[in-house]
Amino acid sequence: MFSAARAPARSLKRSGLETQQAHWGVIFALPAILGFLIFTLGPMLASLVLSFTDYKPISTEINFVGLQNYLTLFKGDDFFFYKSLRVTIYYVILSVPLAIVVSFLMAMVLNKNIVAKGFFRSVFYLPTMVPIVATAMIWTWLLDPDMGLLNETLRMVGLPTSKWIYAENTAVPSFAIINLWTSGGTMIIFLAGLQGVPRTLYEAIDVDGGNAWHKFLHITVPMMTPTIFYNTVMGFISGFQIFTQTYIMTQGGPNNATLFYCYYIYRTGFNNQYMGLASAIAWVLFVIILVITLLLFKSSNSWVYYAGGED
Amino acid sequence: MKKKLRIGRIFLYVMLIIGALICLMPLYWLIRSALMDMSQIFQRNPIVWIPKPFVWTNFGDALSELPFNLYFTNSAIITFACLVGVVVSSSFCAFAFSRLKWRGRNFWFVCIMSSMMLPYAVTMIPTFIGWQKLGLYGTYYPLIVPAFFGGGAFNIFLLRQFYMTLPKELDEAAIVDGASYPRIWAQIVLPLSHSALIVVGLFAFLNTWNDFLAPLIYCSNDKQYTVALGLQLFKGMYNARWEYLMAASAVAFLPCLIAFALGQKYFIEGIALTGVKG
Repeated sequence: MFSAARAPARSLKRSGLETQQAHWGVIFALPAILGFLIFTLGPMLASLVLSFTDYKPISTEINFVGLQNYLTLFKGDDFFFYKSLRVTIYYVILSVPLAIVVSFLMAMVLNKNIVAKGFFRSVFYLPTMVPIVATAMIWTWLLDPDMGLLNETLRMVGLPTSKWIYAENTAVPSFAIINLWTSGGTMIIFLAGLQGVPRTLYEAIDVDGGNAWHKFLHITVPMMTPTIFYNTVMGFISGFQIFTQTYIMTQGGPNNATLFYCYYIYRTGFNNQYMGLASAIAWVLFVIILVITLLLFKSSNSWVYYAGGED
Repeated sequence: MKKKLRIGRIFLYVMLIIGALICLMPLYWLIRSALMDMSQIFQRNPIVWIPKPFVWTNFGDALSELPFNLYFTNSAIITFACLVGVVVSSSFCAFAFSRLKWRGRNFWFVCIMSSMMLPYAVTMIPTFIGWQKLGLYGTYYPLIVPAFFGGGAFNIFLLRQFYMTLPKELDEAAIVDGASYPRIWAQIVLPLSHSALIVVGLFAFLNTWNDFLAPLIYCSNDKQYTVALGLQLFKGMYNARWEYLMAASAVAFLPCLIAFALGQKYFIEGIALTGVKG
């Protein structure tokens, strides 16, 4: 009786709270919502519209040209389009798995019971702090064919040297190496994931008489698939966006071997002022990343294991 | 069995030390080269590991070739403004996405998170045209204003993760005491989340300080240049003066190193936080 009388009052108070939350929720989220509309959705749609025009900032005229820009790209009239696409995909395919595998291994080593764990963790993370421009400078100097430390060391131990970023066939692998140097963040995320794997699972393998390899294959890898998945998606997305390194180190050369996609967009839109065409190029990138991300998400059902299945 | 274990341990440490050397060597080379004079830097066979003498004047000489003190001031202004914008705005918005219930919350959250996957290059051109039409090309507004609009999906996500770990009873108790939601945000949630805010602040600092593409697009003359742009300009002018280039690069790196030293504990936790429930 007593509780029945109190119930309506409580729910009234509840609903008052709910309206308050409904108000304040929108107000608190407003900067992010506006930011999304002004700096993401709006420009994306504008970019789509622009991609059907011949817009150049210097001319006052702007004409709708239909699919002209896309035809120029896909028919190969702009030689650089396919070249840039090939080069970027090559870079992503080379650098992402390399960074994932090496970071994963280093994280596994760090996850063992070792001395100076904190020190090593900081050392591996340190290179990611270096400004990209400075990273580009350092590596230009290290990879210098005549005077660089790398070739000097190779000469010393009698190994063949390389022209690194100055030769067509080694330029992209050089960038993959630089990317590896700055993938400490990936390693830290792996390490956090490894620390979250319950010890009892490993003990179960011990009980069954399995060895370290069994533990790795049947516990570590399956339990880590969500983290591997996250790092792979983020690696692909950032790999497609490589820009500063090529701008500073190679300017897309030698012979367009490092004409990475975002540099190509920048060059077309800002150096050559073909902003309509550049928007079309950018939209192709958007679709590529969207498709890859969707494929990764779709494939994730078959290989990513979520403990408890909450996601 | 014991012997096998020991070999395994040795192998682990060998891997760690090799990894650490690979990470540190380029940085050592940076400092080494920054302290050498021109004749020594081109000496080879054998490799010179330690500069002799230490040419400390390289730093002063390199930095006075271009108005680097101006570039540092510019970078500091932009970085400070963005830092404030990101920290305030992302903590404000993360509050809405973690502790308040409102219609459309999940929809907007998914929208904002999906923008994390969108390459900057896709929105770069229309955004540039927009700022240009507003007559703000060649000012710092295009570099700073976006920071105040949500502060980046990544930061909202990070803070939201953190806010969700705070007990809900805190809010309820405050409501009973008559507090409003802005007060709960300012006086309960913010003070409790200072470690997460430090992480966001450090990320904002590094991202802005290290940014290259946005200043490249929006700075119309070299009086507005940031440190990153100044370095690039410097490289074009002194192509083979490695001692100067390395000295200038080292100075550009210094603020990041200090930030790292001050906040590395928070950093490592912060990065870990983003990946675990990603």
